[in-house]
Amino acid sequence: MTIKVSMKVNGKPVAAEVEARTLLVTYIRENLRLTGTHVGCDTAQCGACTVLMNGRAIKSCSIVAMQAEGADIMTIEGVAKPDGTLHPMQAAFKENHGLQCGFCTPGMVMNALDFARSHPNPTDQEVREALEGNLCRCTGYHNIVKSIVAGAKAMGGKL
Amino acid sequence: MNAPAAPSSLIGARVTRKEDYRFLTGAGQYTDDVALPNQAYAAFVRSPHAHAVVKKISSEKAKKAPGVIAVFTGEDLAGAKVGGLPCGWLITDVNGQPMKEPPHPCLAQGKVRYVGDHVAVVIAETLDQAQDAAELVKVDYEELPAVTDARSATAAARKAKPIHDIAPDNTCYVWALGDKAAVDSAFSKASHVTKLEFVNNRLVPNAIEPRAAIGAYSRADDAYTLYVSSQNPHVERLLMTAFVLGLPEHKVRVVAPDVGGGFGSKIYLYAEDVVVTWASKQLNRPVKWTSDRSEAFLSDAHGRDHVTVAELALDKDGKFLAMRVKTTANLGAYLSTFASCIPTILYATLLAGQYTTPLIHCEVTAVFTNTTPVDAYRGAGRPEATYVVERLVETAARELKIDPAELRRRNFIRSFPYQTPVALQYDTGNYDATLDAALELSDQKNFEKRKAESLKNNKLRGIGYAAYIEACGIAPSAVAGSLGARAGLFEAGEIRVHPTGSVTVFTGSHSHGQGHETTFAQVVADRLGMPIENVSIVHGDTSKILFGMGTYGSRSIAVGGTAIVKALDKVIAKGRKIAAHLLEASEADIEYDKGEFKVAGTDRKKMFGEVAFAAYVPHNYPHDKLEPGLNENAFYDPANFTFPAGTYICEVEVDRDTGSVKVDRFTAVDDFGKIINPMIVEGQVHGGLTQGIGQALTEGCRYDAASGQLLTGSMMDYCLPRAGDVPMFQIDTRETPCTHNPLGVKGCGEAGAIGAPAAVMNALTDALGVKDIAMPATAQTVWKHLQEKSHARV
Repeated sequence: MTIKVSMKVNGKPVAAEVEARTLLVTYIRENLRLTGTHVGCDTAQCGACTVLMNGRAIKSCSIVAMQAEGADIMTIEGVAKPDGTLHPMQAAFKENHGLQCGFCTPGMVMNALDFARSHPNPTDQEVREALEGNLCRCTGYHNIVKSIVAGAKAMGGKL
Repeated sequence: MNAPAAPSSLIGARVTRKEDYRFLTGAGQYTDDVALPNQAYAAFVRSPHAHAVVKKISSEKAKKAPGVIAVFTGEDLAGAKVGGLPCGWLITDVNGQPMKEPPHPCLAQGKVRYVGDHVAVVIAETLDQAQDAAELVKVDYEELPAVTDARSATAAARKAKPIHDIAPDNTCYVWALGDKAAVDSAFSKASHVTKLEFVNNRLVPNAIEPRAAIGAYSRADDAYTLYVSSQNPHVERLLMTAFVLGLPEHKVRVVAPDVGGGFGSKIYLYAEDVVVTWASKQLNRPVKWTSDRSEAFLSDAHGRDHVTVAELALDKDGKFLAMRVKTTANLGAYLSTFASCIPTILYATLLAGQYTTPLIHCEVTAVFTNTTPVDAYRGAGRPEATYVVERLVETAARELKIDPAELRRRNFIRSFPYQTPVALQYDTGNYDATLDAALELSDQKNFEKRKAESLKNNKLRGIGYAAYIEACGIAPSAVAGSLGARAGLFEAGEIRVHPTGSVTVFTGSHSHGQGHETTFAQVVADRLGMPIENVSIVHGDTSKILFGMGTYGSRSIAVGGTAIVKALDKVIAKGRKIAAHLLEASEADIEYDKGEFKVAGTDRKKMFGEVAFAAYVPHNYPHDKLEPGLNENAFYDPANFTFPAGTYICEVEVDRDTGSVKVDRFTAVDDFGKIINPMIVEGQVHGGLTQGIGQALTEGCRYDAASGQLLTGSMMDYCLPRAGDVPMFQIDTRETPCTHNPLGVKGCGEAGAIGAPAAVMNALTDALGVKDIAMPATAQTVWKHLQEKSHARV
C-alpha cells in the first residue's frame, strides 16, 4: 500500500508517494537523498537519526513518514546558514573536537539544538542527561559535553 | 605583559579538524550514502540455530516474490568456485603443528555453526522486497548440540560432534611462550604467590555506523568496484581477489569512503563483501547490502572472551620473580581474518608490562565454539594482557600490604633498550614519569578524605591503578612473518606536489574517526613549511593510493606517518637538486627551511612553489640529471614496534543500596612519544577510556548456554556506555620520543581501552574489599555481591 506524504524539509515543501511502512528516516535518506541523517540501530537507542520535527528533536527511525504529514522537519543539512557558515552549535562541536568518525554527529547536533533552546547555560550534568538517547562510540562524550555547553551559550536560547 | 609567541611549528598544535565541516553539515559520505544507478539490494538469510546441518534450502517461493532478482546459496558459490574466507596469521602449536584451519565459506556449505551464520542471499529491486523475500526462503535444519563457552568447548566435542571435522576436540591450537621449567622453578622458590582466575568478557565492537558493502561490476571494463565500510581497503582487496574470488587485483577497486568508526571490527574481509561483489557480475548490476544493528550484533567480529588463570611469584621484598598464565581463548565458530594472532602474538608478548619480571610463561588454548567469530577489538590482546598483569600486581600489593604505586616502582624497567622474556624489545620509556604525574593529577593524597566523605553518604569509595604498556606501530614485517603473519605490515605514502606548489598526500592508512586528514596534513605542512590549507590527504581508495595496509593497532602515525615523512624527504631532496640548478649553486650548499630552498650563507633562495613550478614547466631544468615532475612515494617497514605506556588511576563510588558503580574520577597520564595534535590525541584517549570503562562495568556479550542464542543482540540488551556513565576525564601526557621513527611517535588509538578495565576493576575491588569480581560489574552483579556479603555477616 502506498500513500502520499507531504511536509516541509529544511524549509522546502516536499511530497512523494511512499509505501505506508516507510520510516521517516528512510524517506529522508532514500527519497530526498538527504543522507546526513543516519541509521545506527533498529531499536531507537542510538539517536543517529535525530531530526527536528516542528522544532522538537525526534528519532526519525521511530515514526513512519506519514506521521510527519504537514510537519516542519529540519535535518542536519538545514542547520548551517545558506552561505555555508556553521551554526554556533556546529561551530562549537568543531572548536571542542566534539566529533571523530562523524556518524553520530548529526543526531548529536540536532538533539543539542533542541536542548539548548531551553538550556542557554547548561551544566555538564544537564548535558549528560540530555544525551541519554544518543550513543557515541568514539569520543567518550567528554568533548561532546564541552561542545554542547559552549554551543548552548553561543545560541543564547535561540535556534 | 608579553604577547603569546606564535606557534613556530605545526607539530604539537591544536589544529581543528579539516574533516569536521563535512561531518557537521551532513555532507559526509558513508558507504550506505552511496547510491549507484540501478542498484539492487541484498538481504541475507541467516541461521537461527547455533549448530545445525543444513538439509535442504527451498528458495522457489522467494524467487517468485515481488521484485526478487536472484537467490543464491552456498551451492551457487561452490559451483562458481568462490573460495572461503582466509585467515591472515598462521599460529604454530606447541607440537610444531600448524593451527587447525577449517573452511570458512561465505554461504553455508552443508552446516551452520553460529546464530547469524550466512545461509543464502536474496537480491531484489528494493530493500523491503529483499527482506520480505528472505523470510520466504525455507531451510530445513537438523539441529546439533551447541557450545558457546570456551571452557566447555573441548568437552562438548567429546560428548557431541565437533564444530569442524578438522578440529576433533574443537581446539584450533595450544600455543605457548616462555620457559616453563624455569618459571615453575621460580614459583617453587617464591616467598609469595598471587593467583587470580577470571574471565575477560566478550565484547561487541558496535561502531555506530553499521557495516555496508556495494559491489558493482562493469561489463565494459570487466572490472569490479566494491564500496565497503573498511579500515583497510587494500588488504580487503588482496584477500578477496587472491584467496576468494580468484580475480587479478587490477580488476578490482575497493573504496572505503567515510567510515563511521571501526575499533577493529572493520579490518576483516567478511562474507557479505564477497557475496555482493560476486553477485554484481552475475546480475550485471550493483548490489548493495547494509547491515542493520541486529545483524551487526550477530555478524561483526566480537572481541576478547578469555578465561584465564594467572599467577605472580614475588620475593620477600616484593620483586617480581615470575609470571605464569594459562588462557583459554574463544575464537568463535570460524577463524576471522586476524583471529589467531590476537590471543597469542598480541597478548602473551605484553605480559611483562612495565616490569622487570625475568621469567614468564603463557599457554593459550584457542577453541572453536558456536558463537560469532572473535577477532581484534580496540587493543586486541593488549587489554587482556594488561588486565592480567595489572590485576595481579594490584592484588599482590594488597596481599603484601605494600602501597600499589610503591610495588610498581620496585619493579619498573628503567634501563632501555630492554629485552623482555616474552620476545619484545622496548626501545624507550619512563614509567616513573607517568606514574608520578598520575598520582599528582589524581590528587591521590586526598583519597582517604574523599573515601570518608563517600562513606557518610552510604557509598563505598575505592581507588585502583593500572600501569599499562602496549606494542603499537604494527609491525616489522620480517618479525611478524617469523611469527606467522601471512602479510607484510609496512605502510605506503605518496606526495604529489602540484605545479603551483600545493600538495596532495596519498596514504595507505585509513581514517575512520582518527582525524588523519588533519594530523597528517600538520606533519606535511610543517615539514614543507607551508600553510596547512595547501595540503590535502587522500585515503581509502585502491585506485588512488599506491598501496596500504590500513589502520589498526595504533599504527597510522608511526607507520603511515613515517612513510609520508620518507616520501617528503625525497621531495625535498629532489627540490634541492632543482633549486641548485635554478640558483646556479652546488646541491651541497642548498638548505631547505620553512618553504625556502636557500644557498647556505647567502640571501639567494627559491620558494618551494617556484621549485615545484620549475619541475612541471621545465624550461630551465637540469634535464641531463633529473626527470621533470615532483611526485615521490615511499614504503616504510618499521624497525620495531612502538611502546606507548602510561598510568591510569580510577576512583569509583559504589552505592550500597543499589550496587551501582559510578566512575567518579579517572586520571590518565600517557606517554605516546611526540604528539602531533594534542586535541586529537585527547579525543582518542577519551574514547578509549570509555570503551574500557564499558568493558569493566556495562558491556558483556551473553549467549544462552543451552541453545547458543545471542541474548545480548541489540543496544537494548548490550549496554554501551552513555554520556551519564562516564565522568569528565583528567588527562595529561609525558613524552619520551620513540627512538626508531623520524617523528618520535608511538600511537595513541588504543591506550584507553587497554588500561582502563584494570584500573576500574582495581578500584572496584578496593571499594568492595574483595579479591575479584566479574566484568562487567553491573549494578546487579555488585548488588548481589553486597547482599551475599551482608548475609554472610549475619
